[in-house]
Amino acid sequence: MEELIQHLTPILKEVWGYIFPNEIELHWGILIVLYPYLTGLVAGAFILASLVKVFNVKELQPTYRLAMLTAMAFLIVAPLPLLAHLGHPEKAYEILITPNSTSAMAMFGFVYAWYLMAVLCLEIWFEYRRDIILWAQKETGIKKWIHKIISLFSKDISEKALHFDKKWVKIVTIIGIPSAFLLHGYVGFIFGSIKANPWWSSVLMPIVFLFSAIVSGIAMVLILYMIITPVRGKQLDILCLDKLASYLFYVMIIDFSLEALDFVHRVYESEESIKILAYLVSNKLFISLVVIQLFMGMLIPLAMIALIKIMKSPPDLKKMVYFISAILVQVGIFSTRWNIVIGGQLFSKSFRGLTVYKITFFGLEGFFASVIVFCLPFILLYILTKILPPWEEARNP
Amino acid sequence: MENKIIETDKKVERRSFLKKFAILALAPIAFGFLGASDKLKTVKKWMLQNGYIPSNHKWGMGIDISKCIGCGRCAVACKNENNVPKEPFFFRTWVERYRIYEDGDIQVDSPNGSIDGFENTRTTNKKMLRSFFVPKICNHCDNPPCVQVCPVGATFKGEDGVVLVDSDYCVGCRYCIQACPYGARFLHPETHTAEKCTFCYHRIVQDKLPACVEVCPTQARVFGELNKKSSPLVRFLRMNKIGILKPSLNTEPKVYYANLDMEVK
Repeated sequence: MEELIQHLTPILKEVWGYIFPNEIELHWGILIVLYPYLTGLVAGAFILASLVKVFNVKELQPTYRLAMLTAMAFLIVAPLPLLAHLGHPEKAYEILITPNSTSAMAMFGFVYAWYLMAVLCLEIWFEYRRDIILWAQKETGIKKWIHKIISLFSKDISEKALHFDKKWVKIVTIIGIPSAFLLHGYVGFIFGSIKANPWWSSVLMPIVFLFSAIVSGIAMVLILYMIITPVRGKQLDILCLDKLASYLFYVMIIDFSLEALDFVHRVYESEESIKILAYLVSNKLFISLVVIQLFMGMLIPLAMIALIKIMKSPPDLKKMVYFISAILVQVGIFSTRWNIVIGGQLFSKSFRGLTVYKITFFGLEGFFASVIVFCLPFILLYILTKILPPWEEARNP
Repeated sequence: MENKIIETDKKVERRSFLKKFAILALAPIAFGFLGASDKLKTVKKWMLQNGYIPSNHKWGMGIDISKCIGCGRCAVACKNENNVPKEPFFFRTWVERYRIYEDGDIQVDSPNGSIDGFENTRTTNKKMLRSFFVPKICNHCDNPPCVQVCPVGATFKGEDGVVLVDSDYCVGCRYCIQACPYGARFLHPETHTAEKCTFCYHRIVQDKLPACVEVCPTQARVFGELNKKSSPLVRFLRMNKIGILKPSLNTEPKVYYANLDMEVK
């Protein structure tokens, strides 16, 4: 308690205008920024993977398994920031056993469990089953047993069984696409359904969340593919990169249009809250929204990818531009989450004032904790690639 | 023939397996509901011991803005009565001061929620058009957004219309604080659970008035039944022109303001 009071007291002096006294404490901090960012990467990476299986985009085959594992790694970590943020993490199970049927948040456990078990685990299992069985046959010691257990002791790699696997990968992917939409659209709904908050309350919120999720997922897989492949001493598949960049470009156009529509709609309707929101955007959020989210994270990468596609550039230049664009997009999407979550709490519901968000460095909700949470999926991905190598050469002929 | 029998056997086996699986999967939820309903029974028992039957009441509050002098006694009494932390970040009730100038400029403040009173500091020479104090409190909405969003059902609207928080159940996710349009909720820094005005529930079940109403020197606050004609609140609603806060949000507040100004949000 002492710590909280020490943290809040100086903020009292930085409040602009009038805010309700209970609003000085900003309730959802950086951990809650991370949560939609992480789930967005899950949904985005999965949608990218599904392009290969359902829409038969052959060029993206080299990133298919990597995208699946990326989605898995991020999904496992996604609930951690939520849990760490709760006042009583030890009571979190109540959300599962006594869910309130009218609460969007109460559906979290079910949507999450469905996505983890019915979609990701199943698809990865069917996709890898043959390889796992063959790996287990060749290996010895602990690795053999890990693979035997993961394969659930199945041994059948007859033509018929493999055909069955293939069919089910497709079926699960088809179920997976709406599920991925549900997973992230639902996160958008948590914010979009709060009528008390005009910055959040928008019917477009779930859709904007979804498309920005796909943008971030494609960009993340692109970054991972471009870092991992040279590290492994392999050649980057330029056709694959071209395709990734194209999809990134198209989805960014949709995302940009949606966000522009939301903006125009707000300005045109010019409701009660417009003055304070305009002040918010032009002051507290100017750097993170206009400079980082809009220019750095959206317009510059769009222009760069467009230019490189129009002027037939050499592959090395292409690679560099793709990589820089993907990094910028990643920063931009993180900023988008920041602007939604933090931005939505900076103005008072009295519409008469603004508060500030001061991030702490230590503690469960501090900067370091969030850096650790952000790094965890990458460590997890490393472990996953050791157990289930997604590389082409690891596949058994 | 034999094949067919085996097949049907398999089907039956699968069906019974699925049944068992479903029971197994739903068991924790069922236990959870049983636990929750058990808890509800103990709460009801406690109220009945006090001779209080929630369904016989429907509580509300009236606040006459023209009577409020901004002394802040209500905010002090509330903090003392309900063990609200004394720091200026946690309030179940507070008083706002509005100063509206001739050029349309509006100044609103509530230093320490009005507990230390209001200083007469005029920062401008502009001419004042009108000025008044507005006590704020949880509106005990009939259509409460906080209750809607609570993931575990820890916050609920009782049969008597009072919106309460079960701190044993609250997980501290703060979604209700985000959903409240009136800034009436906070997270208790010690219990780490959501907190808000309860109309001094421990007092009203014993036929006493909420602390803020009890101490108000000008009787700006009126507490009472909404469904009983003889109640002072119904008289208040009959004798005044009434306004509620943020009517466009359709939260249906049960805190009614007399002489409410359009600038109050």
